[in-house]
Amino acid sequence: MPDQRTAPTLPKAPTGIEGFDDLTFGGLPAGRPSLICGAAGCGKTLFATTFLVNGATRFGEPGVFMSFEERAEDLAANVASLGFDLDGLVAAGKLAIDHVRVERSEIEETGEYDLEGLFIRLGFAVDSIGAKRVVLDTIETLFAGFTDPALLRAELRRLFGWIKDRGLTAIITGERGEGQLTRQGLEEYVSDCVILLDNRVDDQITTRRLRVVKYRGSAHGTNEYPFLIDHAGISVLPVTSAELDYVGPTGLISTGIAGLDAMLAPGGFYRGSSILVSGASGTGKSMLAASMVEAACRRGERSLIFAFEESGPQIIRNAASIGLDLEAQVKSGLLRFEAARPSLYGLETHLARMHRDLDQFRPDLIVIDPISALRGPASELQGALLRMIDLIKTRGITAIFTTLRSDGSLISDDDLGVSSLMDAWIKLQNMEANGERTRTLYVIKARGMSHSNQIREFLMSSGGIRLIDAYIGTAGVLTGTARVVQEARERAEAQQRLYENERRLRDVVRRRAALDRQLAEIRASLDAAEDEEARLRADDESRVAADEVERRELIARRRAAE
Amino acid sequence: MSGSAELSDLPDRYRFRLFVAGTAPRSLRAVEAVRRVCETHLAGRYELEIVDIYQQPDLAERDGILAAPILLKLAPHPERRIAGDLLDAERILRGLNIQPADETQR
Repeated sequence: MPDQRTAPTLPKAPTGIEGFDDLTFGGLPAGRPSLICGAAGCGKTLFATTFLVNGATRFGEPGVFMSFEERAEDLAANVASLGFDLDGLVAAGKLAIDHVRVERSEIEETGEYDLEGLFIRLGFAVDSIGAKRVVLDTIETLFAGFTDPALLRAELRRLFGWIKDRGLTAIITGERGEGQLTRQGLEEYVSDCVILLDNRVDDQITTRRLRVVKYRGSAHGTNEYPFLIDHAGISVLPVTSAELDYVGPTGLISTGIAGLDAMLAPGGFYRGSSILVSGASGTGKSMLAASMVEAACRRGERSLIFAFEESGPQIIRNAASIGLDLEAQVKSGLLRFEAARPSLYGLETHLARMHRDLDQFRPDLIVIDPISALRGPASELQGALLRMIDLIKTRGITAIFTTLRSDGSLISDDDLGVSSLMDAWIKLQNMEANGERTRTLYVIKARGMSHSNQIREFLMSSGGIRLIDAYIGTAGVLTGTARVVQEARERAEAQQRLYENERRLRDVVRRRAALDRQLAEIRASLDAAEDEEARLRADDESRVAADEVERRELIARRRAAE
Repeated sequence: MSGSAELSDLPDRYRFRLFVAGTAPRSLRAVEAVRRVCETHLAGRYELEIVDIYQQPDLAERDGILAAPILLKLAPHPERRIAGDLLDAERILRGLNIQPADETQR
């Protein structure tokens, strides 16, 4: 969107139409006529009516609706469904409706005349309620009622001049013509602001678009903006913002699945990240998303689910089967479903609706289930998804996109296109082996955090989604029954090893006991030998001593004999 | 139309309402032209009401008046309208489906 650069800004009259006042930086030029043109059924009359009703109810500016086509009661009936009470406003003196019947056959012309009657009537109506706003819908009808176009043109020029002189903010509607904006070239007279409404059909899908063709003296968004007409009235959505100026969100949100949180180093996903959950049908994408939604709601955060394949009640029922009570969250106002068939609207309209819903409901978490349901030409789809992600990112909303992998390859082209825009990618896969399917899950990427590289098996039961460790060993990754069998085998082997160890321990103990016994015997015979040695040594000593005594006695005896 | 009920009972009685915008020359010309035509061709059996849309905008709104001057033939039915300054008497007669009073006069 361009910036508002003109310093002294043109005074503007807000239309109160969501989005339109943003892209025109304030609304229509105040005190001047603006032209709204478009083919039949584009919403010109509704645009004009909304402008008047909002003026009367929200901006304190009464208005005059001069209808050249529909009668007052038809007008009132047409917009009653939008909650506009035209009759009430008329009664309150905030709105005047003047139906100007123009029927060609009734009027003959002879000589000079002018449309003073129209001026008088408009002036009368304006003065009667002190109107600040005027709608002329569709003034071109006059060309059918009068035969002199030159005179009509002069009168229209005078009329628009008169509107300016009176300082009335006016909408003049005009039917789209061949080669020019309106059939009678009204754009020549209304030079201040021209808005073109368009209703295009591509592939049997209609998309309404609005473009500000010209806005003298004011900056304005120049693109074609999709707009919606539904039970909430008109909303225009400038969704082509191209800036990557959103703040990097901080803070973590838990997925509500303990095992999954544990696979992410910080213990959850970053708030405001876009999470892609891919997997074939029946892999549990929706339920994974439902788990995260339920966790968010339990934290008191608001969640919005855009369901393209299931209705809200169906999702609630399915989630109940894994123990998630989404219905209570819907009742508490924290959760809302927006279910619509993807083919119901064009991409732009889907985006526009989403935009409006995001701004109205202000969710913290949204789920788009599945994003692959949105169909369109590849280039358009990519662009639309980009804008969708932008839309979500700029609001700091955490988003879960589910997608179906269409082929069997690891990464198909579609996914690749989307996945690069995503902050995190969880892949769900059903592994088939040994006649059974096992649900597995792994985190392909998670920007800004380290995460487990393991393939994890998960179970969906009435207790919710629970992750269990997959068997990873020499035989590869085993899941399901194969994992159970392998684990049993390992348990048996471990038991076997335990028995074996105990047996060997017993052997050793026995051998040691035997050795101890032998050791005791040897020690006993050693003792015996020591005793004997001591005895022998004692004998020797006593014999030596006795010999000495004998020798001394002999010596003594010999001395005596001498 | 108010007041037209009793008059519509008389089949040959004409009832006109002429809307003009103020006292512009064009308005005066139109008033004069209508008077002349009526006096010439419908003397004594017509009723002409002249409304200035500036003075009575509500009447203009009621009758759905856009152009001025404009002459409405209210009776006899069908209602007809002629816009313009009404200088061409013959077109007025044709437009209002009135038989000229006396061919010899003209």
